[in-house]
Amino acid sequence: MSDASGPTGPAAGPVSIDLARERAESGIDVYLAELDTSLIGLAPVKARIAEIASLLLVSRVRERLGLATTKPTLHMSFTGNPGTGKTTVAKTMAEVLHRLGYIRTSRLITVSRDDLVGEYIGHTAPKTKEVLKRAMGGVLFIDEAYYLYRAENERDYGQEAIEILLQVMEDNRDDLVVILAGYADRMEHFFSSNPGFRSRMAHHIEFPDYSDRELVAIGELMLREQNYRLSPAAEATFAEYVALRRRQPHFANARSVRNALDRAKLRQAERLVNSGVVSVEALSTIEREDILVSRVFDDKQPES
Amino acid sequence: MRLTQGAFSYLPDLTDEQIEAQVNYCIDHGWAVNIEYTDDPHPRNTYWEMWGMPMFDLASARPVLDALQACREAFTNHYIRISASDSEKGWESLRLSFIAQRPAVEPGFQVVRSNGPGRQINYTTRSYATDQPPEQRYRDV
Ligand SMILES: Nc1ncnc2c1ncn2[C@@H]1O[C@H](COP(=O)(O)OP(=O)(O)O)[C@@H](O)[C@H]1O
Ligand SMILES: [Mg+2]
Repeated sequence: MSDASGPTGPAAGPVSIDLARERAESGIDVYLAELDTSLIGLAPVKARIAEIASLLLVSRVRERLGLATTKPTLHMSFTGNPGTGKTTVAKTMAEVLHRLGYIRTSRLITVSRDDLVGEYIGHTAPKTKEVLKRAMGGVLFIDEAYYLYRAENERDYGQEAIEILLQVMEDNRDDLVVILAGYADRMEHFFSSNPGFRSRMAHHIEFPDYSDRELVAIGELMLREQNYRLSPAAEATFAEYVALRRRQPHFANARSVRNALDRAKLRQAERLVNSGVVSVEALSTIEREDILVSRVFDDKQPES
Repeated sequence: MRLTQGAFSYLPDLTDEQIEAQVNYCIDHGWAVNIEYTDDPHPRNTYWEMWGMPMFDLASARPVLDALQACREAFTNHYIRISASDSEKGWESLRLSFIAQRPAVEPGFQVVRSNGPGRQINYTTRSYATDQPPEQRYRDV
């Protein structure tokens, strides 16, 4: 096939490029396949990640051939309710961007308003800059980014952090990817009040709530990763649990599932310890009663 | 007289690209990176002034290069060095140090010989530059 590492410049370069080989050599497909099995659902999100991977692959080749002038901008916003996988996908995104050579490391620094904004005059700039120094070469994930902006207080120090962030996002395109995350409606409001941010976002990715079926599958996956499983009876109860839990306050998608399973493991452990000699099988099995005692099945308030 | 201190000092001055590569080497080893400057190049002047705090836990050379640029702008005619310290053993120990800027003209050192009792001779070196008070050393010639 053509030699892509020849002299650069459009005129002197090769006639064709074997993108399939480029792709295979990057190892990205193996990673994306792993991702597909380790994250339930999220089809639109996975499609966007694959798209970004293709874009980076092509832009890397273009750069090598002297066709690209600048690297693509990759700042993004992730919007969705709590527990829909935003933080988890951000980690994945850092890994993908690193594997395709866009950032030097797969480091992900997660911050919120308090990590960036100071408490007195002159405190914010050094604080924000310190975070940025550590984040460069990786991904800076700003959770609930809209708290940086407080419309009701025009002297709020958040504004200073916003200005520094905008500056760095503009200057250091190649060294840092910023991901803003939070609820869709508040993020929308934040972008309307801070158009500078919106215009620097290359991708807006939405994280829909999971269906009951997906939540059950996520729960089963979480258990499998820890060498637990649901007994057949517990499976049906868990599906009921998920449907009920969704209608109660403070529902947080996959996070509620994780919390529910953590509590089920506690109850299982207590049940086992109280029963003396148990089979090895039983050590890994969550039974119906471990789930059924949850307050979600009462008419009372849900647990935590 | 060209000052030779730290690593690479017998080589031509490092380009910014080479400096970046060295900084990447440091941060890939997890070392903290410092920028220091002085106008007193005596070899026994171990502790130069620090430009900002040491930079810990970096993933990109960019913050170091930005700080170096700012330091160069503030001290156009000083020596600037980049040093890296490793805390792996539980204390910070110097792993690498190299010059990243030097004054345009380096007047060098004088060897001073003084006669002691019994015709014993003591030697010492002094830098010509430090004849001048701090603000007046290495002024553009
Ligand atoms: N699609 C998914 N498949 C498997 N586990 C998931 C999925 N989405 C979220 N999780 C798990 O749910 C928990 C909460 O997800 P997180 O990424 O923190 O959500 P968010 O940041 O949107 O609040 C994490 O433990 C994560 O591993
Ligand atoms: Mg989160």
